[in-house]
Amino acid sequence: MNIYADNAATTKISKAAAQAMTECMEEYPGNPSSLYSLGQRAKEKLEQSRAEIAALIGAEPREILFTSGGSEADNQALLSAAMIGKRKGKKHIISSAFEHHAILHTLKKLEKNGFEVTLLPVHENGIVRVDELEKAIREDTCLVTIMTANNEIGTIQPISEIGALCRERGVIFHTDAVQAVGHIPIDVRAQNIDMLSASAHKFRGPRGTGFLYFRKGIVLSNLIEGGAQERGKRAGTENLPGIVGMTTALRESIDGMDAANAHKAEIRDHLIEGLSQIPHSALNGDAEKRLSGNVNFSFEGIEGESLLILLDQRGISASSGSACTSGALDPSHVLLSIGRIHDVAHGSLRLSIGDDITTEQADHIIKSVKEVVEYLRSFSPVWRDLMTGKREFILK
Amino acid sequence: MALYSEKVMEHFMNPRNVGIIEDADGVGEVGNAKCGDIMKMYLKIDDEVITDVKFETFGCASAIASSSMATELIKGQKLEDAMKLTNKAVAEALDGLPDYKMHCSVLAEEAIQAAIEDYKSKSGKTE
Repeated sequence: MNIYADNAATTKISKAAAQAMTECMEEYPGNPSSLYSLGQRAKEKLEQSRAEIAALIGAEPREILFTSGGSEADNQALLSAAMIGKRKGKKHIISSAFEHHAILHTLKKLEKNGFEVTLLPVHENGIVRVDELEKAIREDTCLVTIMTANNEIGTIQPISEIGALCRERGVIFHTDAVQAVGHIPIDVRAQNIDMLSASAHKFRGPRGTGFLYFRKGIVLSNLIEGGAQERGKRAGTENLPGIVGMTTALRESIDGMDAANAHKAEIRDHLIEGLSQIPHSALNGDAEKRLSGNVNFSFEGIEGESLLILLDQRGISASSGSACTSGALDPSHVLLSIGRIHDVAHGSLRLSIGDDITTEQADHIIKSVKEVVEYLRSFSPVWRDLMTGKREFILK
Repeated sequence: MALYSEKVMEHFMNPRNVGIIEDADGVGEVGNAKCGDIMKMYLKIDDEVITDVKFETFGCASAIASSSMATELIKGQKLEDAMKLTNKAVAEALDGLPDYKMHCSVLAEEAIQAAIEDYKSKSGKTE
């Protein structure tokens, strides 16, 4: 049995999106910047895609900038907002402790350039508190950037409340919605979002394509200089097949969103219930306010990489916040940010399910995880110390 | 390309000498849970020869494979030879480890040395 449970890493492209891309490559070979009809047909296709993506998130076409993906969108959003702030003498940025590295590393770069960054705590449930954000906003705050849903633990942030607060205080609000677009409803107008990053391959579109929504009036700074594509804000010949594939995938995801969420939430809760039976384990992140496809557990006394490889042998593709899986020394900053100490953060498992998951597959996952955790514990010196009382359990 | 060599996978999937020795003559534990790797080696020693060895490991696949391989390499060896086992020899016996996993073989070397030191101090043979 092969079960792909790593949809937060990337999703399998939808058939319709792949087909739309092939058609686009064959039927729209022109460069959208060329003036002859072959080029103009491609330009038309590009602008149709832009209009459709805009409509799907409640934006206007001119507010959509096509990028190479979520990381590029995050980089450009943060650097642009920082430049706007700098011109007004505002150099304070607020974010959260468990943002994606595309945000955190860009903030580090801005810190080196004289900006001050406040990272809000995300607490044990993995959710930012709006009252704490309110207290953190200062006269010189130029940007608030809080992700819509966390990529590791799937917790959904109070984006509408944050948007309303930022609008009231006159601060630009950006959200990294890479894990959320196509999975939960987004309406940038209603939610007072000024900038939003999205990535196609997280909603069954192609890799290497994404977009940045930026509200009218926000002046973007360029990351890539060159030609006049994207109204001069992002040079380089447009990835038309990618953009067309992304548009098809987003339309499809949003059309099927309610049914997919109902099904995935049911399986997710079944997985949570089953895995909770493993002694000395704990769900990471809020049980309710989380993406329908996300399950993240810590198991005491084992290390995540071994767990992943043994699950792979049983046909299950999943992910972990263990340091060993990333080549880093520390385990996931997300798990540390919700108060999981190193010892148990290393023993984590993320399952991110797709809408094709079946109950039978979920049962296979539960059975396999139980067996593998038990096996790894059988020769873990940490587990022995826990069982003999030499070490105290962290997960009761 | 696979993450690990077939040898590493084989030792990870079917680790040799897993477990503990209740009346071990030397026990060595290295690493810590914070870093995500702990190795514990148990030695049975008779006439300066390692007659039995067992291990317990909390860690990634390469840590488990390194422990397993290291126990195979020292079983039946004289203590003075076992002391000379290097992490490089462990890694080579496993047909290599990824660069960032070399510390797993270092832990195996250190765990064996710690267990031998423990034996020496218990039996009053510390130099």
